[in-house]
Order: sequence, then C-alpha cells, then structure tokens
Amino acid sequence: MSQTAATPTSRLDPEPVARRDFLGLASLASMLGAMALAAVGMLRLPKAAVLPSASKKFAVQLPDSLPAGEPYVPPGRQVVLIRDADGVYAISLVCTHLGCIVKSVPDGFECPCHGSRFTGDGAVSKGPAPTPLPWLQVTASGGKLIVDEEVTVPPGTRVQV
Amino acid sequence: MSNRARDESALRTFLGNVWRAPRRLYEAAFRSGAPVTDRTRSDFVFSNIFLHLHAVRTHRWSLRWTTTMGLGIGATAAFLIALVTGVLLMFYYKPYPDVAYDSIKDIHFVVPTGRFMRNIHRWSANLMVVLVLLHMVRTFYTAAYRSPREFNWLVGMSLLVITLGLSFTGYLLPWDQLAYWAITIGANIAQSPRELTDALGLTAMFDVGGLQRQLLLGSDTVGEEALIRFYLLHVMILPLALAVLLAVHFWRIRKDGGLTRPVDADERLGPRAPNIYPVFTEIPQKTYHLAALVRGRTAAVGRGPENTVPSMPHLFYAELGVLMATTLACLALAIAIDAPLKELANPSVPENPAKAPWYFLGLQELVSYSAFMGGVGLPALAVIGLGLIPFLDREQRGTGTWFGGPGGRWLVLGSAAFGLLLPLGIEAIAIRCGWIREWFPNTPQLVITALNPGTLLALGYAVYSLWLVKRFNSTRAGALGLFTCAMCGFVVLTIIGTYFRGPNWGFYWSPTDWPTH
Repeated sequence: MSQTAATPTSRLDPEPVARRDFLGLASLASMLGAMALAAVGMLRLPKAAVLPSASKKFAVQLPDSLPAGEPYVPPGRQVVLIRDADGVYAISLVCTHLGCIVKSVPDGFECPCHGSRFTGDGAVSKGPAPTPLPWLQVTASGGKLIVDEEVTVPPGTRVQV
Repeated sequence: MSNRARDESALRTFLGNVWRAPRRLYEAAFRSGAPVTDRTRSDFVFSNIFLHLHAVRTHRWSLRWTTTMGLGIGATAAFLIALVTGVLLMFYYKPYPDVAYDSIKDIHFVVPTGRFMRNIHRWSANLMVVLVLLHMVRTFYTAAYRSPREFNWLVGMSLLVITLGLSFTGYLLPWDQLAYWAITIGANIAQSPRELTDALGLTAMFDVGGLQRQLLLGSDTVGEEALIRFYLLHVMILPLALAVLLAVHFWRIRKDGGLTRPVDADERLGPRAPNIYPVFTEIPQKTYHLAALVRGRTAAVGRGPENTVPSMPHLFYAELGVLMATTLACLALAIAIDAPLKELANPSVPENPAKAPWYFLGLQELVSYSAFMGGVGLPALAVIGLGLIPFLDREQRGTGTWFGGPGGRWLVLGSAAFGLLLPLGIEAIAIRCGWIREWFPNTPQLVITALNPGTLLALGYAVYSLWLVKRFNSTRAGALGLFTCAMCGFVVLTIIGTYFRGPNWGFYWSPTDWPTH
C-alpha cells in the first residue's frame, strides 16, 4: 500500500481504508452474505412442498334417475356433472374471479359474491370473472366416473357412458 | 468496642433497615421525588425509560387541541387495549378449524367476562383502523410529512399497512361463515395478479399470484394451515412488527425536533401565561450544540427554548386524557354492540352477500369490476403514491398549518366536491348501464382490466391534480387535491359497498329490498 495516503487533518474527514480495515470489511461482508443465505432458507420454509388438501381426483356414480341436462353436484365437491344426449361432462363451480362457489341457475351459473354470470357451458356472460369456468376431465371406469379437478379439458369434451 | 455492643448495633441497624425498607423501595423506584418543581419534573421524564421518549419540555403549539387532535396517541391507546384484551382471549382460543368456532362460542357465552373482552377487542381494533387513518389525514393536511420528517411518514405508512393486516388476519379466527368467505376472497385477491399473467399468457412461467396465495394459505384452500398462519401473523409476527416500528415512529418525532409547527408559531401563540417560568432567566449568548458531532440545526442564539412548558404534567395529562377517552369509547361500544358470530364456516355455500371487513369494502367494490386492479393494482398505486408525497412536495409554505399551502381550504373543499361526485357518477353509470362486457361480450380481459370504474376514477383524480399543479404552480396544491379526492373516493366506495350492495353484489337502496331466499 502506498505510504503517501492522505492523512486526515480533521476528525470530520473520512479516513482511507487501511489493510486491517479492509479485512474487517471483508469479514463483515461475508457475515452479511451468510445472513442473506440464512434468510433464503428461512423464507423457503413457508412454501409447502406438499399441499395438505384432499385428493382432487374422485369417483362418482350418477343417479340413474338423473334427467338429461339436470346438474348433479357430488356431496362436498365443488364440481357439477351434467349428462345430456352426447355424454357426461364436468364443470368446476369455483368462480374464476375470487373463488366463491357458483350456483346452478336455469340458464347457467351465477356467483353470489360479485355477480358474475356464466352460460351453461361455463363462458362468462356478465360480471368481473376474467376467464370461463373450466371443464374438468371425466373418465368412465367400470360403471363409475372418475373426475380429476386438476386436469382441464377443452369445453365441449364429453365422455360416453 | 466489645463484641456484644457491636452485635447490638448491627441488629439495631438491621431492624432500622427493615423499618425503612418500604420507604427506600419507594425511593428506589421513584428516584426523582414528587414532580412539583421544574427540576424534579425534568428528572421525572428523563430518568424514566418509557417517559423519556418525550422531551422534558413541550412546545405550547404541540399541546393545542387542533395540532394533533390526539389521533396518534388515540391509535396507540386502541392498540394497547387490543393487546391486553387479545392476550386475555388467547387463554381460551384454539386455532383449529371447527374447534376454533366452538372456542369463540365458549368465550362468547360461557367464559366470565369473555363476551365483554371479545367485544372490546373487536371495537378497539376497529377504532384503531379509524384513528390510524385519521392520524394520516391530520399529518397530511398539516403538511407534517415535510423535511426532515419524510422517513417518519414512511414508517407511518408501514404502520398503516400492518394495522390493516392485523385486522384482516383477526377476521378469520372465529371460523364462521363471515370469516371463511372474507378470507377466501382476500386470498384470491392475493392471487389476482393471475388475471394479468393469464391475459398475457405468462402464468405458466411466472405465477406470482399463485405463489402469494399459497404462501398466505399454506394450501390451495382455506383450511387448518391457513388458520394457523393467520393466527401466527395475528398474535405474533404483526404485533411484534407493529411494536418495533411504533418505537421507531415515536423516537423519530423527538429526533426530528418534536411535532411540526409553523415558523410563526410563537407569534401566533401570543405571550406566555404568567404561571410558566422562563427556562433562562437571562438570555443565553451562546449555543451548546455539538455542531461537529451532531447533525441538524443549531439552537437559536439569543433565545432560550421559550414557549415550552414542562411535559410533566402538561403533555402527560393530555395523553392520559386521550387514553381515557379511547378506553371509554371502546367500553361504550362493547356494551352497546356485540361482535358478530355467524354459523360455522361451510366451504360449499358462500355467504350471500359475502362482505370483507368494512375498511376493505371500498376495495371490494372495485374488485367487483376487476380483481387485479381493485385488489392489487390500485391499492399498490395508492400506497406508492402516499409514500412519495414527502419526496415530491419539497415546498415550505404552510407547514404546520391545517390545509396549509397554495389554495388552502377552498382548494380542499372544491377537491372534496369533485372527489365525491366523480365516483358517484362513474358508479351510477356502471350500476345502471353495466360495464364493457355487457355492451361488447367478446371484449378481451386485458381491456377490462385496464378500463374499469376503478382505473377511470384514478385517472380522473390524477388529471385533476395535475391540472391543480399547473394552475397553482405548486406540487402541494396537486397533493392536496389528489389526497382529498382519494379520501373522498375511499369514503364513497366504502359506503356503497357497505350499505348498498346486497345478494350477488347487486345494488339495492336498502336491505329491505333484498330478495328473500
């Protein structure tokens, strides 16, 4: 290091960084780095790796007496199943706006929270909902229907029973 | 001296010490003696760790009722009341779904004084929100955010956000229908950046909305994880953060030279009362400021800290008065109106209408047009805008005076009229004629996110305040206009959301018009 580094003439002048101070600063920086890493570890914790909610895939049997076009909501599920001449399809009942549960009405679905309306095939007809109600995957398996709430299918997809 | 005599004397001393112990205990705790002279009053303040947050002497301007109206102290008092009653409620509350509901029922119907404590807790929390908001309004209109108080204004903004967070997290804990659906909506608002990322096709790569919701709920639905998280935030993280920031907030007031006052405060106050002693009997001729070590303005030469009075009793008694008044208000409200408890949460059937706490109903009104803009975009804009005020308004005129600055109270009145009429007009159109999707059903979502009553309102306010800046050639005039408008908009939307929205968020003049179902 140069010996001619300006010596401060007043307590108010900043002092040049000496070698020992540099090492001190370096250790301080490494401590801050370690703390930042620790913070990353701690912030990682609250994001769950496995979600504790119940399985999104469930089996259901439609009642034989269910008339064509009549909505059927399996107990405790937020999905509606409808059987018509072409087959069976499932539509999610969770409003795409803010997650309220929509209600089946004669000409479609209606959300009680902010007044969104959906047509019978889930398209938005009124209100703040940004996207249509998704159609969910239904597969027929041994006389029962398997609905997977995590797999969406293009509107109009039906399964034959 | 014989051994016997020494024993006697030690025993005598011991007995004497026992006799005098209570008095010495008292003197150890209250070292400065009765605060009856200016000297012991000073001692009383600076030898006490809690009281020395205050200066020994307080300027007379700070003690005028109109300077602060006691709003900050009132908010602090409400926080303390909520803290005490909250700890009491924790004796019985169990943060687990369904059990939580039963424990609140126990508190309400079985626990001795339980219902009263829960009512006080609920009312003090509501009062705290109101007082914090009014305190911000006071600080803004008296231009008390100006240099060197910019940082404290930002601390205050953080305290406002934490206060709202405390209220919101407390809302879920009873686990009734009201709580469950308010939090479902709240969590989905946290997710609403998806509205934007979906429309732009980015959600698969960059799902900040989904991440926020998942961090808040610990799951993809409101369940036991969400309840534990809200409980932890409500009883631990947020109160701690609030307490720490509150200490900083108070400390900064002292460091920034006490409360803001106008430059001509001394002239406006007039001569001091005859019973107030001057600090210096002779005018000091030098300052004792350590200019080399301490930053800040030097004390005035040739003038003592006159026009100040001892903080004990003048300031402390005023503060105790505000504390008493706040407590009284909480008690009266708690006796008059019970905290609500609806039926047990049912994840399959939403409340209809499902309403958030009242201070979020203005936002819920905006959310009913666009989830992202109403719930995230505009609130973020408001918080950023509020935070920037002291850095954009660097003027000096009117500091410490109500509605100080160019335009003054007439500008504020005019802005209030505009600020009330604009949201009323926009809402009238939206309620009567619907919005873009009803007119053009195939409008892309991005257009609705960008063009809805909320964004139009914000745009109208912004244009108006820019016009004020130009007309008065002053940033403060624009700030006065924009702040007044924003507050009026908040009030109008909150009232519409609270009183005029019914089932399916439809507009009803009165709840008696609601359809029966």
